[in-house]
Amino acid sequence: MDLFGVISQLVFLLVAVLTLAAGLATVLLRNVFHAALALVGTFFGVAAIYLMLEAEFLAIVQILVYVGAIAVLILFAVMLTRGMMQTEDSNINSQWAWAATAIGVLFVGLFILILQVPWKISGQPVVGDTTPALGTALLTTYLLPFEVVSVLLLATLIGAFIIARE
Amino acid sequence: MINDIPLNYFLSLAAALFCIGLFGSLARKNAIAVLMGIELMLNAVNINLVAFWRYGSPDPILNQAGIVFALFVITLAAAEAAIGLALVIAIYRSRDTVNVEEINLLKW
Repeated sequence: MDLFGVISQLVFLLVAVLTLAAGLATVLLRNVFHAALALVGTFFGVAAIYLMLEAEFLAIVQILVYVGAIAVLILFAVMLTRGMMQTEDSNINSQWAWAATAIGVLFVGLFILILQVPWKISGQPVVGDTTPALGTALLTTYLLPFEVVSVLLLATLIGAFIIARE
Repeated sequence: MINDIPLNYFLSLAAALFCIGLFGSLARKNAIAVLMGIELMLNAVNINLVAFWRYGSPDPILNQAGIVFALFVITLAAAEAAIGLALVIAIYRSRDTVNVEEINLLKW
């Protein structure tokens, strides 16, 4: 393997460790506000992973939608529901050990599965821009799902407004 | 770059992130923290979709099904966050708590 390959792997490992550390912080931090900020770090790490996979448009969408909209929404919800959660004794419930055991078994199973299955890899290089082809695909092949998901988003936002108002 | 990193790396990262998110949604008491765990799981699934598009697609430009699928998942995650947080705020108004152990009105 040449020098470029080693550097690629090192960059991937760095981003992966940072993403997983931010994810662990999201799950384990006692203060929910700090957990939400760690969640923002995880979103940025996942965007970097998309960039490594040469999905630039998706990386930008990830930052715009997740960091720009969802994280802000979560931070607002944390600030609107404060007070009670500051004095709680523990942030995880009494069955956490069972959950951790089951999830550990699940992770080992998934890991063995990932290593065992002979994935079909074509390894074709991406030549040129993916974004124009993505726009064409969204408005031709995937036109119906595209329109349905926009109607669904509208209905969801109206529903959220009706549920959350006084 | 892509030929230097095996597909297994991305799949393992996604599996680890999914398990972390699953633990968060199962073990946390705060309803907002449960929603954050679900967001982590959706991100992990998206990493898988994009990785399989990049490595498995015979023509990554013409066949962008993985990217389109990931875009729809992001859209649905936004919808899910909006509805979920609206529900949390509505519950907080009526019961004055976001602790999922105390929200047990429908429990047998």
